[in-house]
Amino acid sequence: MTPVAPTATRPTRPPGKLVIQIDGVTKFYKMGEETIRALRGVALQIRRNEYLAIMGPSGSGKSTLMNMLGCLDTPTDGHYDFNGKNVAHMVDDELAEIRNHEIGFVFQTFNLLPRSNALHNVELPLIYAGLPRHERLERARQALTDVGLGDRMHHRPNELSGGQRQRVAIARALVTRPSIILADEPTGNLDSKTGVEIMDLFEQLYEQGNTIIVVTHEEDIARHARRIVRLRDGLIESDEPVA
Amino acid sequence: MRRLIYELIESVRIAAAQIRANKMRSALTALGVIIGIVAVTLMGTAIKGIDAGVDRSMAGFGDDILYVSKWPWHGVEDWWNYRNRRPIKHEYGPQINAWIAANPNSALKLAVPTGQRNTTIIRGEYRVNNIYTLGTTSDYARITRSDLKEGRFFSDFEGQAGSNVAVIGFDVADALFPNESPLGQTVRIRDQNFQVIGVVAKQGSFLGLFSWDSMIAMPLSTYRRYYRVGEGGELRVQVDNKRMAEAKEELQGLMRRIRGLGPEQRDDFEINEQGTIREQLDPIKNGIAMAGLFITGLALFVGAIGIMNITYVSVKERTKEIGTRKALGARRRTILLQFLVEAVAICFVGGVAGLALAAGLTSLVTVIAPSFPLVFSTGLVVVGLTVSVLTGIFSGFAPAWAASKLDPVVALRYE
Repeated sequence: MTPVAPTATRPTRPPGKLVIQIDGVTKFYKMGEETIRALRGVALQIRRNEYLAIMGPSGSGKSTLMNMLGCLDTPTDGHYDFNGKNVAHMVDDELAEIRNHEIGFVFQTFNLLPRSNALHNVELPLIYAGLPRHERLERARQALTDVGLGDRMHHRPNELSGGQRQRVAIARALVTRPSIILADEPTGNLDSKTGVEIMDLFEQLYEQGNTIIVVTHEEDIARHARRIVRLRDGLIESDEPVA
Repeated sequence: MRRLIYELIESVRIAAAQIRANKMRSALTALGVIIGIVAVTLMGTAIKGIDAGVDRSMAGFGDDILYVSKWPWHGVEDWWNYRNRRPIKHEYGPQINAWIAANPNSALKLAVPTGQRNTTIIRGEYRVNNIYTLGTTSDYARITRSDLKEGRFFSDFEGQAGSNVAVIGFDVADALFPNESPLGQTVRIRDQNFQVIGVVAKQGSFLGLFSWDSMIAMPLSTYRRYYRVGEGGELRVQVDNKRMAEAKEELQGLMRRIRGLGPEQRDDFEINEQGTIREQLDPIKNGIAMAGLFITGLALFVGAIGIMNITYVSVKERTKEIGTRKALGARRRTILLQFLVEAVAICFVGGVAGLALAAGLTSLVTVIAPSFPLVFSTGLVVVGLTVSVLTGIFSGFAPAWAASKLDPVVALRYE
């Protein structure tokens, strides 16, 4: 398995201002007759410059919490402030705006557009942001160079390895200069060696000043973060710094 | 606004990629639209063609002629009100011309008396039936628009002398003198010999309308020697075609004076014009338009359903992509636009293909049957493309709307 990085030598950046503040968040789903209580009252604060891992077995509410944090979903009840804005009751298009400007998603399955090259994939969120073409291309090229793919810009996803695809996805997450990067099992579809490379990239990004949230069920991956939040049965079981 | 344009460009780009990637599927889907557009253009072509055909048939008669006749050209139900009208006398011609000479400001230019009936013309073994036979004066040459293919029109002298000379239409000449020039030859009409002195150039005819091609003209005095004019008497009055309405009124007043009608009496003559013939074709044009509209509507409806279906399939196939795009900040409008543009693009391609096909068919018909009038026009291209784009919007809207409403969480989880 992935060797755990020696924590002693890792720099920890001082936490900045509050980005995410959730309080008393619940999420209930109706599944036929049954009501599923995916989150049963969660409170969490995440500051700028944090590197956080959210852990938990399946059914713990981990995915629901991630969707909530990523503004893909709104809570049934409770408060959610993102950069001081109350997002708990926002409608679709307002949430889309927040996702576009404030959140960079990295998915387990990469989720790249298969028929577009790396450059266009990275450019995509900037189209939705309404940036002019020359600026989009400039920033997309820079982001791809930053993740070490400066020479793969015109390759399509099927011409790239798994690790390279995830790098494209990370470049796409970075290109809008979001407040947080939200990675859902980012190494789940990669072999362990490539997984380590991707986690090294996250480490670099953290040290460069990005705020990162990784959702995972792998202890080894979680230990790359500086803080681990553990969920069980829709509640936070523990929230502690990584020793 | 700027953002909308970028999104639109992106949508067009995706649509193009999507069609490229699914060529067969897109082509099959577009088939309904192609058929619809072919139907709409051919219908338009046919309607325009009728007009062109009428124009061609009428060309020889000139659009600046008013016809003073006993009967109106449009059908009448109260025929008993017309039956007892006095015949149109040829003497009116010189009377009108005298008025024109006395009134330099008149909108009328020249009146030519005519008599007409259908006759049979024989030349040796050959015979042609039902030929529109016109008796008129040499002035007729001045108001007709037809050119002579060979020979000449009869002279003033021949007109007054009542010579047995005839000017024949192209088809008549072709039927009676298949392989030789008719000039100077003799034809028999009512057991009388006529010398052919001129042949009118080919005009083409349409829907059996009068055309110079199947006519024969002889001097009026000759005509009157053999036929009773009575019912067939008519005057053709050339007028200033920029002052058509004025001319019609003037002619009406003049005719009333000549006829000696009191102010309380109704007209006992009719002033006809070519427009009447056109109006009579309106029911035919409307019939074609209705049938065409029905076929077009049906084809486009079927086509639209096909496109709606394929857009639903496309939305389903790309549910995960929609989720990803939403996660990256695509708003509902963005997704709606993307699928709408895709549906419109397929329809547009179908429209272009349909127009190309229709243009091809039109030129094919023109080559195979030159007398069948079909006219392809830019107006039809505009109509065809507009119709196809509207079809795309109509058929793409529901699936695009469904796509835009997808919950990003559900869409992202979709495999």
